[in-house]
Amino acid sequence: MKFNSVGQIALVVAVCAYLLSVYFMASPVWMGFTINALIVAVIAQSWNITGGFGGMSSFGHAALYGTGAYASAILQVQYGVNPWLAFAIGIVAGAAMGGFIGALAFRYGLKGSYFALVTLAFAEVLRICASSFDITGGGSGLQLKLEPGIANLQFPDRTVVYTLLLVVVALVMLVTYMIKKSRFGAYLVAVRENEDAARALGIDTYKIKVQAMVISGAFGGLAGALYLQLWLFIDSTVVYGSAVSIEALIGPIIGGAGTVWGPLIGTLGLHLLGEGAKHLLPNAPGLNFVLYAIVLICAVRFLPRGLMGLAALIGTLKTRKDEDHA
Amino acid sequence: MLKLSGIKAGYGSMSVLQGLDLHVDKGEIVALLGSNGVGKTTLNNVISGFIRPTAGTVTFKGDVLNNRKPSEIVAMGVAHVPEGRKIFPNLSISENLKLGAFRRASSNISQNFDRVCTIFPRLKERLSQLAGTLSGGEQQMLAIGRGMMSEPELLILDEPSLGLSPIMVEEMFDLITKINADGVSVLLVEQNVMQSLGVAQRAYVIEQGRFVMQGEAATLLADPQLRQAYLGM
Repeated sequence: MKFNSVGQIALVVAVCAYLLSVYFMASPVWMGFTINALIVAVIAQSWNITGGFGGMSSFGHAALYGTGAYASAILQVQYGVNPWLAFAIGIVAGAAMGGFIGALAFRYGLKGSYFALVTLAFAEVLRICASSFDITGGGSGLQLKLEPGIANLQFPDRTVVYTLLLVVVALVMLVTYMIKKSRFGAYLVAVRENEDAARALGIDTYKIKVQAMVISGAFGGLAGALYLQLWLFIDSTVVYGSAVSIEALIGPIIGGAGTVWGPLIGTLGLHLLGEGAKHLLPNAPGLNFVLYAIVLICAVRFLPRGLMGLAALIGTLKTRKDEDHA
Repeated sequence: MLKLSGIKAGYGSMSVLQGLDLHVDKGEIVALLGSNGVGKTTLNNVISGFIRPTAGTVTFKGDVLNNRKPSEIVAMGVAHVPEGRKIFPNLSISENLKLGAFRRASSNISQNFDRVCTIFPRLKERLSQLAGTLSGGEQQMLAIGRGMMSEPELLILDEPSLGLSPIMVEEMFDLITKINADGVSVLLVEQNVMQSLGVAQRAYVIEQGRFVMQGEAATLLADPQLRQAYLGM
């Protein structure tokens, strides 16, 4: 991976150092908190594919997350399907939901705030449906049976869970990196930068956008299915609620939308901030969301390219990229 | 090479093009002249596949384009440089150019890249610069250069001189001649009648969705009616 500046390298090294240091911290609180943040980092990366690279800002990524979680939970609880298989189907279900929303929204040329509103509407409709039907457990949600063991994809040991999540996050980032470097990634950026020009160059923008939604949906479904395996319980608010959608978009925006590391960096930073606030002011639950909002406003105003963009300004390295053609 | 016959098209219930016949032969520069709002851009969009004609056929080297997607039309060798310099402002110049090559000719990117750099030395000097920081004329060159990256046989230029300084307009028309000399046929959509007739072999004059004059550029340039209407002479 190529970085443009000393600042970005420092930022990435700091994040990796933190993730490693969690193994050696005496208090289990850190690991528990970081585990949550890593799951959010996956849904954040999901948002980053469409919102960051493709410029399609969704306000309803909970639709993908919840679909992955519910698909896996319904199969396991109602039909006794093997957890590994259910987990895989959860990812596929997320991808299918992404493709469905994308195909419908882009078919009618929805962009910008209209696209954001439609995705929000999808998430809300799904949330209400999930709390209304028997198959989804209605208002009481779905609970997986506690059966620890690798065969059931349940790991009681936090350190094992943490390690597995690190591997998953690394894989998701690797896929994102490959997308970024691929022809498909370039098409996606072209769509973000100027869709009319992209069309004039012969890019089938509808297809590209739907494909991006499918990939994003797979990541989102993965995040939801991971959440289910970790907590063994979901209900409609937890996985389809707008808090999920907000967490999905705020991390990449703070960290740097359209970068491979941005979503992870932004999510970890925000969660550290939120956690710190909880300890400082234990009597103000929900304060972390107030802080998120303040940070988001500041980031949009002062850091349009996120923390990665800020770090890029520190110690810029000369790239050799442009000399290739000289 | 490109042939339109009986093309009608419009937006919703409003019809813009009232049955047009046009052809561009291999190696030609053909100018399509007319003032604002007469259907020049609509005709362009029909050829590029953004708008479906309601009647008539568009063929390119014998293949009917009517129901093709824009992406397929580009792949067939028709590059469209849209009006208003639609570049990618936050990408570098070399990135802008490379995006032009993805649909077609992706195997000879570096060869086409060199070719574009030779035609547009101004771009070559600024390859790593963000496209949004270029001047208007340079952005227009970039848009044309990006179109050239797909190795087109026909290049459609929609008002390349729009909003450029007089000196830059001169340079732009020189470049169009240079591109044509390189073996690319050009359909030049313009309001700048004098300059366009200077570089084109043939021209069509469009008014209210109909061609009111057509023929050799030299003949049109001498036509008193045209001089009266467009040059105020």
